[in-house]
Order: sequence, then C-alpha cells, then structure tokens
Amino acid sequence: MIIARVIGNVVATQKDPAHEGRKILLVQPLDLDGSDRGDAVLALDSVDAGSGDRVLVVQEGWSAMTAVGRPQTPIDMAIIGVVDKITLAKSA
Amino acid sequence: MVLGRVVGTVVATRKDPRLEGKKLLIVRPISPDGKDEAGYVVSVDTVGAGFRETVITVSGSSARMANGCKDTPVDNAIVGIVDKVSMD
Amino acid sequence: MFLAQVQGRVWCTAKNDSLDGKKMLVVQPLDPQLKPRGKPIIALDSVGAGTGEIVYYCRGKEASFPWLPAETPVDSTIVGIVDRVDL
Repeated sequence: MIIARVIGNVVATQKDPAHEGRKILLVQPLDLDGSDRGDAVLALDSVDAGSGDRVLVVQEGWSAMTAVGRPQTPIDMAIIGVVDKITLAKSA
Repeated sequence: MVLGRVVGTVVATRKDPRLEGKKLLIVRPISPDGKDEAGYVVSVDTVGAGFRETVITVSGSSARMANGCKDTPVDNAIVGIVDKVSMD
Repeated sequence: MFLAQVQGRVWCTAKNDSLDGKKMLVVQPLDPQLKPRGKPIIALDSVGAGTGEIVYYCRGKEASFPWLPAETPVDSTIVGIVDRVDL
C-alpha cells in the first residue's frame, strides 16, 4: 500500500458497469516527506474520501475489487483508508 | 520479497473493515548491506515488528498468505524480522 | 487506473484466438493536466472508445476481467471514457 493525496475527481458516463456508483478519484502518490512521488493515478473510492485527504491506496487487484465490493471486475487500485496520522522514526 | 527497515507507522480510523486491528507500518527498502534505498511501502505487520527493525516484506497477492491476512485487502505484509544478513 | 488519450488503432490478422473481434487501440498515457506522459501503449477496448477520446485504462490481470469467463491475454484495457476531470 502507498500513501497518496486526493487531487481530483474523474467523471465518466460510458464505463465498465462495475465502476457505476463509485467515485473515481485522481490521487497523487506521496513520499514520506509529503512531496509528490511519480505520476497521479486513478483509484476507486471505498471509504468516502474527499479532495485533499491523505489516503491509503492498495495497488493489487483482488484487494481493490473486494474493497469496493465488485469482485472479478477490471479494478486495479482502490482507496481503502483515510490517514489520520503518520509517525516516523527520526532517522527516516 | 524485499529487505526493508521499519521507519514509521500509519493510523487510519476510516478504513476497510477488514483492516481493523491490523498494524500498518511504513517500510523503507534497504540493500543487503543495510543502506536505505528509494521509496517506501505501507505494510501490514504479521510478526510484531518495531521501529528501526530490519524486516522481510512480501508483496502482491502473496501478502494475503501471511498470518491473519487471508481474505483481507492488503498488497504488502511484513513476514519476518531479520536477525542477520550474510553475503559471500 | 491511468488516464490516456486514444491515438490510433492496431490491426492484427495472426493473433491469439481470444483476441478475435476485440479492438486494439494505441493510447498515450496522460498526466492529470492531460499532458502526454511516457510512451504510448496498446490497450484493448471494452467500452467503445474512439480516436481522440480521453479514457482511463486498467493494468494487470484485472485488464482481462471485462471478458470473463474467457481468459484473454491482455495487460491493459480501456474501461471508461472520461467526460470530465475536476482538479
């Protein structure tokens, strides 16, 4: 899993039926210092995350599909948690 | 599987119910001689690992084969605490 | 999933049987500002996308799931046509 920030929302009318009724959010993966890490990706939302939230993103198919309650469907990333707090060792 | 060092923890109240009670640790990959490598991953602890310990993580669907992770939405798990790495 | 723009189409006569009748498109991955990012890839289409359209695609084994129970050898599939991106 990685930590990311919700930076946008994608609207699509014509899409896989499994994506109906779920928010498709643009999330920017973050490094531990809070800076951007790589490119933004799309994840389906399972925890009602909102813009600006720091979230936990799972990047494996089965986990993502079952988190949004749509097994055996084309979903490869999902938001499975909203981060309250991160603690880091001083050396990190 | 990769070698890593535990560098932090993550707390999330609003999360997938199947993650309740699981410890989420931040692991930074390290080289066999112990040097930090780029990146990090959030990993579920299944062995009682702590801050700064060197661990082994497993990624992908194999992470669900770790202790207590069956049928949970995790893609990375800590499955061992490293005592020693020896190189030829 | 990732944003991309459809740039073209690929036709193959000799191919895996399970790819018969499926549209293969050339897609250019995009960043959130819809600027090209990285190199174009080939993706199967499951939603009726056409050239010029902004789409999102899914990667990995999950890319074969729109055609279950058929086991389609594909690693990238277009699964939605984007109407709007709000940043």
